[in-house]
Amino acid sequence: MRVPLSWLGEFVDLAPGTTPEDVHAALVSVGLEEEDIHRFEVSGPIVVGEVLDFVGEEQTNGKTINWCQVRVAPGDELAADGGPAIHGIVCGAHNFAVGDKVVVTLPGASLPGPFPIAARKTYGHTSDGMIASARELGLGDEHDGILLLKNLGIDAPVGTDAIALLGLDDSAVEINVTPDRGYAFSIRGVAREYSHATGVPFRDPALALTVVAPVTRFPVTIDDQAPIREQTGATVFVTRVVRGVDPTRPTPAWMIARLGLVGIRSISLIVDVTNYVMFELGQPLHGYDLDKLAGGIIVRRATAGEKFTTLDAVSRTLNVEDLLITDESGPIGLAGVMGGASTEITAQTVNVLVEAANFDPVSIARSARRHKLPSEASKRFERGVDPRVAAVAAARVVQLLVDLAGGAADDLGSVYDEAPAPQPILLPTGFVSGLIGLDYTGDEVRDALVDVGASLVEADGDLQVTPPSWRPDLTDKWTLAEEVARIVGYDRIPSVLPVAPPGRGLTRTQTLRRTVAQTLAATGHTEVLTYPFVSEQANNLFGVAVMSTEADAGATVAGPGAASAVPVSVPQMKVANSLDGEAPFLRTSMLPGMLQIAHRNRSRGLVDVAIYEQGLVFRPQAGMTYGTAVLPAGATRPSDEAEAALNAGIVPQPLLVGVVLVGNDVRHQPGQPAVPAGWQSALAAVQQVALATGARIEVRQGLHPAMHPGRTAELFVTVTGAATAAASTVSVGFAGELLPAVADDYDLPAVVAVAEINLALVFLHAAEDLTVTPIRTMPAATQDLSLVVSASVPAAALRAAVAEGAGDLLESIELVDDYRGAGVEPGRKSLTFALRFRGTERTLTAAEASAARLSGVAVAADRFGATLRE
Amino acid sequence: MISEAAVNAAVDAALAAIAAADTTAALRRVRSEHAGESSPLSKLNALMRSVPGNQKAAAGKLVGQARGAVTKALTAREDEIGTAEAAARLLAETVDVTAAASAWKPGARHPISLLTERAADVFVAMGWEVAEGPELESEWFNFDGLNFDEDHPARAMQDTFFVEPTDAHLVLRTQTSPVQLRALLSRELPVYVVAPGRVFRTDELDATHTPVFHQIEGIAIDKGLTMANLRGTLDHFVQALFGPEAKVRLRPNYFPFTEPSAELDVWHPTFKDGARWIEWGGCGMVHANVLRSAGIDPEVYSGFAFGVGVERAVMFRNDVKDMHDMVEGDIRFSQQYGMTV
Repeated sequence: MRVPLSWLGEFVDLAPGTTPEDVHAALVSVGLEEEDIHRFEVSGPIVVGEVLDFVGEEQTNGKTINWCQVRVAPGDELAADGGPAIHGIVCGAHNFAVGDKVVVTLPGASLPGPFPIAARKTYGHTSDGMIASARELGLGDEHDGILLLKNLGIDAPVGTDAIALLGLDDSAVEINVTPDRGYAFSIRGVAREYSHATGVPFRDPALALTVVAPVTRFPVTIDDQAPIREQTGATVFVTRVVRGVDPTRPTPAWMIARLGLVGIRSISLIVDVTNYVMFELGQPLHGYDLDKLAGGIIVRRATAGEKFTTLDAVSRTLNVEDLLITDESGPIGLAGVMGGASTEITAQTVNVLVEAANFDPVSIARSARRHKLPSEASKRFERGVDPRVAAVAAARVVQLLVDLAGGAADDLGSVYDEAPAPQPILLPTGFVSGLIGLDYTGDEVRDALVDVGASLVEADGDLQVTPPSWRPDLTDKWTLAEEVARIVGYDRIPSVLPVAPPGRGLTRTQTLRRTVAQTLAATGHTEVLTYPFVSEQANNLFGVAVMSTEADAGATVAGPGAASAVPVSVPQMKVANSLDGEAPFLRTSMLPGMLQIAHRNRSRGLVDVAIYEQGLVFRPQAGMTYGTAVLPAGATRPSDEAEAALNAGIVPQPLLVGVVLVGNDVRHQPGQPAVPAGWQSALAAVQQVALATGARIEVRQGLHPAMHPGRTAELFVTVTGAATAAASTVSVGFAGELLPAVADDYDLPAVVAVAEINLALVFLHAAEDLTVTPIRTMPAATQDLSLVVSASVPAAALRAAVAEGAGDLLESIELVDDYRGAGVEPGRKSLTFALRFRGTERTLTAAEASAARLSGVAVAADRFGATLRE
Repeated sequence: MISEAAVNAAVDAALAAIAAADTTAALRRVRSEHAGESSPLSKLNALMRSVPGNQKAAAGKLVGQARGAVTKALTAREDEIGTAEAAARLLAETVDVTAAASAWKPGARHPISLLTERAADVFVAMGWEVAEGPELESEWFNFDGLNFDEDHPARAMQDTFFVEPTDAHLVLRTQTSPVQLRALLSRELPVYVVAPGRVFRTDELDATHTPVFHQIEGIAIDKGLTMANLRGTLDHFVQALFGPEAKVRLRPNYFPFTEPSAELDVWHPTFKDGARWIEWGGCGMVHANVLRSAGIDPEVYSGFAFGVGVERAVMFRNDVKDMHDMVEGDIRFSQQYGMTV
């Protein structure tokens, strides 16, 4: 809402010199937030001039320009720019005659743009200023010729300051009006709030008019057969008639200026007047050409499929919820949204029927949204218009049409008013103080409520508060408490820290999530936060579960050439109204968004990129439907069944962590060759997550459609306390290298290491109450062990076999070498482990350690045909 | 004969040679020449057998003292040379400490995450708990239960992302307030929780907007909670987060889920561009209808809620001028923060 200061000043006294900033500061203190300041960006000298003479001169380009002599100061006085009283000015327009008064912008003036005016040589003359059009002055769109003051009904002396004359010295504050305060969409409402903010008296323009009831009834019928949510479509419908309007009368400059400042283009005097009164009083109004109306008015709902051509010449198919203004010819208006073309006010209109109605907010909001026709009128009706102001507004329109357009008020009209009176609200003594935490005096409470327009009745010490007609938002004692706190001032509210009961701190999940984040960052990964919007194809590629190629830990490594995973259609959620440039599907994997981020970094010359992100993914299950067709009502607790249905309708959204590494893990440095990032880097990140969470993450060879078929690990966590061995691990993600073709799709180099882990599952299964093993302090016996096995045997499986066979004396076993080549048969490999044995109560003998080692070899030989390589 | 002159000469020769030795190897040769078995002193010592008995004590003392002096000199010189040689060895190991190769690469947290954690910690320290909920949420939790009537203008102004099919009423939450409602439905009263999280609005990305951003909301429901308690909580929060000089200002505003409602401005002398009030979020007393949605009697319980934007806080706290820096994932941005915000 924009509020011209001159207009505001009609209803409250603005101190001399009050700036738009001052008004903003006052209004923001009562909750009307500042948005902007609007001015006519014009500065002087701009004066009234009189065309004394002009000569048309044809130019080589075919145009004819006029060389004009314009008087811009009386007699021999100096002009406002210090120049002579008569200026020679070149003008391209032809809509004027000798003797016309015009607006002359003299050298030194500035027009919106900014467009500075100076004497300049043009068409063989020195044009000493410019004769302005309405558009050049910022006074609307008119640019067919120069502005003739007679067309505005103005005859001011030559040399008069045109800026003040045309109201171009005014400015407007723009404020944000919250949905609860529709009344602030009027100068009247804002003036009242200004009064609350500053204490200056408020003069209600609604009380300044005498409303005369019409004598002859214009027939109006409200026939709403289908109220929406039990609310009748129209509760007030006032009509008034003005006859004999002179359609040639201009809209006065001050009205054009004020309308311009509030953002409304001047159209014609009659239309301008209805718009003007809407801004002044907040009541949307509509003018009909009375002579085009066929019979009386009936307000009804549209019938299915009914058509209506609105003012903008668009034929619209109506909905049965649309509220219509009709006459015997059919629809003449979409109530509260837009009028019809057939009864439109035109340049020939002389008899006007003015409509001031009060329509149901919900009905108007739905119609405006349905037809995508938000308007100044619908905006006001949606938020609630004062039902008591309709008759006043109609009278104000009549008054202005009589005063400005030469019309005569007719005694024809109608008043339909079934608007319910506001209901009183019981405000118990002490409630406001108890809610706000400030001891308001009884007078403070009463004065604040009276100030906002409420009427009060004391009842047993409590107050019966009847809100004013323009405050439909005041519905209960809490809303009244806000009014008291607001009027007295929020700055008076004290600061008292409440004491919460003892809390339990962060949950285990919350702590683990932080530890994972800290660990990954501390080990060289940079946290990113990506948008969760991805393409369907990306979800279909990355959102599938990894497939293990191992039935159990004893299976073999699948090499390249193993059956590749077939791309499938992954269940996923689609955003119905995605933004331009954003893919519409919700991610089922962290990786697609992160790969884009990796590419962005690379494209900015950052070659080594290691990033991670923790976040939710959206994983609907195949065959499930989500959401609920019906929502429970608000303001009452849903039944247990309804609440369960809501929760069952939520798409699973597990917490994942993704890691992407490109370039080098360790860059080339003095004495340090570069270590490129690869599948090992991804698995290192996995181990860091394991370390951070206390989970035991087991790695097996895996297959995933987005991943290198020979360099992918499926990740498992051990389920603590699992009843059976078969159920002892659960798959939690994958790690390794992308398929080079996929990396190429993201414009990344051939080797991109990635990992994705379902943290929700890891947290669920991470050991919480660890039982520690006592530390053995006897001397250790260390031995190496080299075993030759088929190259397809996973090292982890061989290691597990040795550990199993070596038994309790084996304290530690680490893989130290993988050798293939001379001395080892093709197709086989030699894996060397470092073993550390330790006894519990005494130093082990070499024989005991060797026996344990050989037991390990025996299991490895039995399970994998391993042979000792001595 | 063992003459004093001969002994002294041998000692003098030995001491001179010891002093002249400047390496461990040279000293070893000196030790052999002047204290070894064929050294002059050893030879003199060997003559002891032929010394008459009455002179044995004096001669023995003479030779013994001489050998002692030489041994002592050798030990001292050995220490000197050892120390010098060790020092020289270390000096030779000198490296350019400014050219250290590192197997470690820098990582970093995102400031949004770090500031969110700091903010949560302020509340956890007061006994509040941290609550969470889904990002793809039922409209009931995001709107209806929070007193957004289906026809309320506020519902249209939320710029909500809906998912298909829209009649299933699932939306990307426009605020973390649904978590408050979930907390009220699932927890015993009184409730004091904060809900940090990611939220979504249909704003195009520009210097100050992003369709995906982060909020921290708090809600406290207890008997007798007041708007003064809200202000007290906010005062403590901003002072803990921004420093003891931070101040809070409340301005009247409108939100469907609070009544009375306020805009929350924060002030601090060290904010970038100088001390000033910055609009940071919304707050108010929890609307009676929200309490009713959770089955709580508003005549018995009252409470307050607030919500602030994390991106905005990072912007005014750290002088981040463009939202793009926070959402683009350029590792140089987060690496300025490292592990702390």
